[in-house]
Amino acid sequence: MSSMLVIVIVVAIGIVGFFLGRQRAVSKDDRSVKAHSLPHYHGWWVFLVSVLPAIIFIMVWAIGSGFYIERQAVNSLPVHNSESVIASQSLELGMVSGIARGLDKLTDQERANLPTTFSELRPLLSSKGVALATEGQDFMIPVAVQWNKSTARAHNIGAVVAIVLALAGAVFGLSGVNVRTRARNNVERIILWGLLAASTIAILTTVGIVLSMLFQTITFFQSVTPSSFFFGTVWDPRFSAAGGNGAQGQFGLIPLLAGTLYIALVAMLFAVPVGLFAAIYMAEYASRSVRSVVKPLLEVLAGIPTIVYGFFALVTVGPFLRDLSAAISGGYPFIMAQSVLTAGIVMGVMLIPFVSSLSDDIITAVPRSLRDGSLGLGSTKSETVRRVVLPAALPGIVGALLLTASRAIGETMIVVLAAGVAANLNINPFDAMTTITVKIVNQLTGDLEFNSPQTLVAFALGLTLFFITLAMNIFALYIVRKYREQYE
Amino acid sequence: MTDTTLNPAAVAPAKVVRRDIGLKRRYAAERRFKIYGITAIAIGLFFLVALLYSVISNGYTAFWQTEVSLSVKLDEKVIDPTNKRATDPTVLLTANYPILVRNALAEKLGVSLDDKPAIRELSKLVSDGSRSQLRELVAGNPALIGTTQTLWVLTGGDIDSAFKGQIDLSVDQANRKVSDRQVAWMNTLAKEGAMAQRFNSGLFTFGASSRPETSGLGVALIGSLYMMLIVLCLSLPIGVAASIYLEEYAKKSRLTDIIEVNINNLAAVPSIVFGLLGLAVFINFFGLPRSASLVGGLVLTLMTLPTIIIATRAALRAVPPSIRSAALGIGASKTQMVFHHVLPLAAPGILTGTIIGLAHALGETAPLLLIGMVAFVANYPVTPLDPSTALPVQIYMWANEAERAFVERTSGAIIVLLLFLAVMNIGAIILRRRFERRW
Repeated sequence: MSSMLVIVIVVAIGIVGFFLGRQRAVSKDDRSVKAHSLPHYHGWWVFLVSVLPAIIFIMVWAIGSGFYIERQAVNSLPVHNSESVIASQSLELGMVSGIARGLDKLTDQERANLPTTFSELRPLLSSKGVALATEGQDFMIPVAVQWNKSTARAHNIGAVVAIVLALAGAVFGLSGVNVRTRARNNVERIILWGLLAASTIAILTTVGIVLSMLFQTITFFQSVTPSSFFFGTVWDPRFSAAGGNGAQGQFGLIPLLAGTLYIALVAMLFAVPVGLFAAIYMAEYASRSVRSVVKPLLEVLAGIPTIVYGFFALVTVGPFLRDLSAAISGGYPFIMAQSVLTAGIVMGVMLIPFVSSLSDDIITAVPRSLRDGSLGLGSTKSETVRRVVLPAALPGIVGALLLTASRAIGETMIVVLAAGVAANLNINPFDAMTTITVKIVNQLTGDLEFNSPQTLVAFALGLTLFFITLAMNIFALYIVRKYREQYE
Repeated sequence: MTDTTLNPAAVAPAKVVRRDIGLKRRYAAERRFKIYGITAIAIGLFFLVALLYSVISNGYTAFWQTEVSLSVKLDEKVIDPTNKRATDPTVLLTANYPILVRNALAEKLGVSLDDKPAIRELSKLVSDGSRSQLRELVAGNPALIGTTQTLWVLTGGDIDSAFKGQIDLSVDQANRKVSDRQVAWMNTLAKEGAMAQRFNSGLFTFGASSRPETSGLGVALIGSLYMMLIVLCLSLPIGVAASIYLEEYAKKSRLTDIIEVNINNLAAVPSIVFGLLGLAVFINFFGLPRSASLVGGLVLTLMTLPTIIIATRAALRAVPPSIRSAALGIGASKTQMVFHHVLPLAAPGILTGTIIGLAHALGETAPLLLIGMVAFVANYPVTPLDPSTALPVQIYMWANEAERAFVERTSGAIIVLLLFLAVMNIGAIILRRRFERRW
């Protein structure tokens, strides 16, 4: 019985319970006393008591029995005395679960006279479409058979218990249907718990992000020291062949961090003046009709996916800058097609709408009276903007710029396509540099081994990135809150 | 005052000094300031136009594909030389179909089959995708064997580029991918009307392929569709439930404070971090398959939730308190008040926010790269657990290909993506215009 079918049965019991409960509530209501709840609340209550415990049980059982069976398999594997016990054991466990998956696809007859050696079993399984690695061993087959047996048994027990739970819940709910039963309050309490649970998902996500990356990062720091990661100036991870204990490689964060900040700086140098002046013009000078056309158009820039910007940089801006530099210097292109400048400019274009719409909101929030006062004293419009409006809006604008900068630092697709992959440490904006996000993508595309530093370093990089952007966001909030001018 | 009128000569210099408040300079500064603003807006708009122009000019040709019309003789001697197709169905699947196409082409152009170099060049005129085209035709209807069918067959990627004028034919033929002979054949066929550009339906139906002419967005579109459905089914209920709790029920407490800070923070976390979360939790810990659209959908759900929660809370806040008081006043419970009165009134705002969140999720690439959606998937995913790709990821993969025909496809795919986004955003705007209520 598949778990999907069990869930369907449980829900079906719940639906039947709903109708029975409603029916029962209607028939119990003899109009002598005013019923506490409407009939459908009784129905919902029956539905919830029968379905919720069963579903929760199914989930807990699935996770728990999975762990139990895995432990059982680990215990029945022969003990090794090799150095990296964990790695080889998890590899063996993977093999066993692979074999077990393959055995599932065999017919009953084939399973009855199973080959006892792995070399005989492998072609049989691959004929069923289950490809196994070659290093499987004979002792794994009985373990896999046992695995399948316990899985099936756990599954059947779970299914029976879940259905019994659902039936018991339905009976309990139905027996409680009465004119005086406070079914509505019960249902509403459960709804409230559901709402609370939904809103804690935000917390769970943050906790999940931090914990998942933290665990992998700690594992990473067992093979690479934190100081050589945070202060290393060479990035050379050296992809070794799978399983081979070759050269370690160097994981220096500095060149990546420098590239990230450099590209973000170029982007901000481009986006801040353009975005700020655009915002000032739209807030202070533009007529209503110009504003209603230009503002949405600039915001289109924010709606374009970053992969499109990356492609734009790769196909149009990069080659254009290269050809331009070749034309200027007479033949030698001193700007590479993939360079800090290319990535920075295109990222700057992406950031224009963020700067302009955030600043626009802040500038328009400065009260009219300040402007009128300044204009009444005889200053021109631009003087008003520079001496009165901008200082008043400054905390908000700084906060907005920090938010924009954190977006620039976390941006991935533009730099993946436009900045290059060479981890250089230089100050020439016409050369290629690489960023933290590019290296996360590079380390995690392709084959993964969750025990090699080459893979794990991505999580260390991700955690660094997360904390940098987190610090910037919190700092932005702090500045806005602390220095905000309160007008009335 | 009287002095000045009486003795103008004495005051005149002072008057000049007072008058000189640098108006000229200040007005010039004012004009410059205004010009800066206009320039800034012009730069922004220029880049918008440049970006769209670059994509569209590179990509509009991707919607047409060069095809050649051939009378292919489905020769039994080639397809099934040993006449075993009744007993062995694999014969029809493995038959040497390209030879049939090649022969048909040779016959049409009058090239002798013994001229081996010419035949080799000739066979590059048509795409290898003709193999599966004929295979499907014959396997679907074996009675066609022995007949002659007139078909439109895809041309090779380079020929397609050359036919669209994207390959510079003035270069020496050793330095370009199309030989002079092939160009001559191409022109002959074009003159006869046998080679023409036809609507490229393959762009929307094919899966991944190493040949540009037979690669398409089919798998990516299905993958993206699955992911959008998952995001919609998960993030809308969860987001609305969370917003209702925070907006209508929660009292100000430590917990709600933490939740609020968390939501605002998650909205600003780089998207790639969500990819790391998905990799570590969904794939490594829960053991879900890599490259599956289910994992992609879950990751994008977590990413979209803050957007939807923020939009929904704004929509709930916009419903005036009088509605709530009225509902409570006539005896509704708090839950009834929220679900029967407030929520329906806030629905347009919630939907608008959801659509914008979905559009954002549709264009997101970085987290999907980490959970292995950069995969070469040629077959349609049947369930969300099957390997698939997504629209923006397909764009990324094509952007890394060097061939000219792939640049065209990439731009074409971007046009498709931008059209989807435009439709979603315009839909959101219309929804807002039409159902927005001012209280």
